[in-house]
Amino acid sequence: MEFKTVQTTCTYCGCGCGLLLGVMDEEIVATLPLKTHPINEGTLCIKGWSVHEFVQSEKRLLRPMVRKNGDFQEADWEDALGLVASRLGEIRDQFGPDSIAGLSSAKCTNEENYLFQKFMRAVMGTNNVDHCARL
Amino acid sequence: MDNLEKAKAVISDLLAKDKVAGFLALRTMSGHPIPYLFTRPDELDGLYLGEVRYPLTKILTMLARKYPDNIFGILARACDERSLIELYKNQQLNPERVAFVGMACSGELAEKCECFRPYPSRIDIGEKVEREGNLPEVSEIEALTEEERYRHWMGQFAKCIKCYGCRNICPVCFCTTCTLEDHNLVHLGGMPPQMPIFHLVRAMHMADRCIDCGLCEEACPADIPLRTLYRKVRETVKDLFGYVPGESVEDLPPLETLGDGAFEIRGSRG
Repeated sequence: MEFKTVQTTCTYCGCGCGLLLGVMDEEIVATLPLKTHPINEGTLCIKGWSVHEFVQSEKRLLRPMVRKNGDFQEADWEDALGLVASRLGEIRDQFGPDSIAGLSSAKCTNEENYLFQKFMRAVMGTNNVDHCARL
Repeated sequence: MDNLEKAKAVISDLLAKDKVAGFLALRTMSGHPIPYLFTRPDELDGLYLGEVRYPLTKILTMLARKYPDNIFGILARACDERSLIELYKNQQLNPERVAFVGMACSGELAEKCECFRPYPSRIDIGEKVEREGNLPEVSEIEALTEEERYRHWMGQFAKCIKCYGCRNICPVCFCTTCTLEDHNLVHLGGMPPQMPIFHLVRAMHMADRCIDCGLCEEACPADIPLRTLYRKVRETVKDLFGYVPGESVEDLPPLETLGDGAFEIRGSRG
């Protein structure tokens, strides 16, 4: 019998609310807002309150998937990233950098989003970069 | 001996003599007081007795569901004790499987919580502080006309973002099927019940159960004065049935004593 509450940060958006995950015998069973957290001060939205459910959802993608012959198939990171890099390069060379747009995510960290726009502008050569929170 | 040392001694004794499988209280971890299940006396160095409150009895219920034969200890304030009484009464916890250590709240916390009785029935830790429990907001709203009251509450409910936090944090919301997300009433992928239905359904369900701990209001991101609403509902149940939730395990809630047949409220509303 083991129970603990683990402090973490909600992954759902860029607010960065403090969470406590209730973990019983290695299974996440509950979410509580961290009452002393400077961002959310003990409150959460419905998504934050449901972290313990979606974290363990069977529908979550755990490995990269590559579409082959119309179906998604599991791939390793090396192959998946290799495919993305070569196809992006081909499309840019054939149609120009502005034929590509990048959509980042509010679920990423500030630093990841910075890197993403840097990648789109400096590597791909386009200003077509946006994020999900503006959709 | 100060309160912290005394609490450590009491809990340490329970753990060392194997009287409990674990003791639920708050412990400071990485600078934050968080719910913690103490299982060894040496963990008690971070024991926290300050003003932060979490629904410990809700966690206790979760533990007891999985480990019904174990005895768990809990550091309980007056509000925790009131929720324990409701959970015992509603067969969610077995009082023989709970080792209760009562803690009286400081005057500051009692004031902050607008608590009507900031000490449990048995005080093991802390000093008893008396406080008048009137929540002025209830009488302020009662002084308004019906039209003003309606506008006030509709304005408050309109702020709701349907986070379900009031229900999720509530130590006496223990139903495994909740009306507010029952699939027969709320379709999966659809919108939650609209205001004011959401709030009134919850208020009705709280009528014979709310122990006025105020955790719902603390958890509300929209600052809806939920406690004022539930206090009024509590007051109504007290006036009609002489019943106050959280006072005694022996007091049966009105739904159990009314029996079959409609109950009519006598008076001008007819």
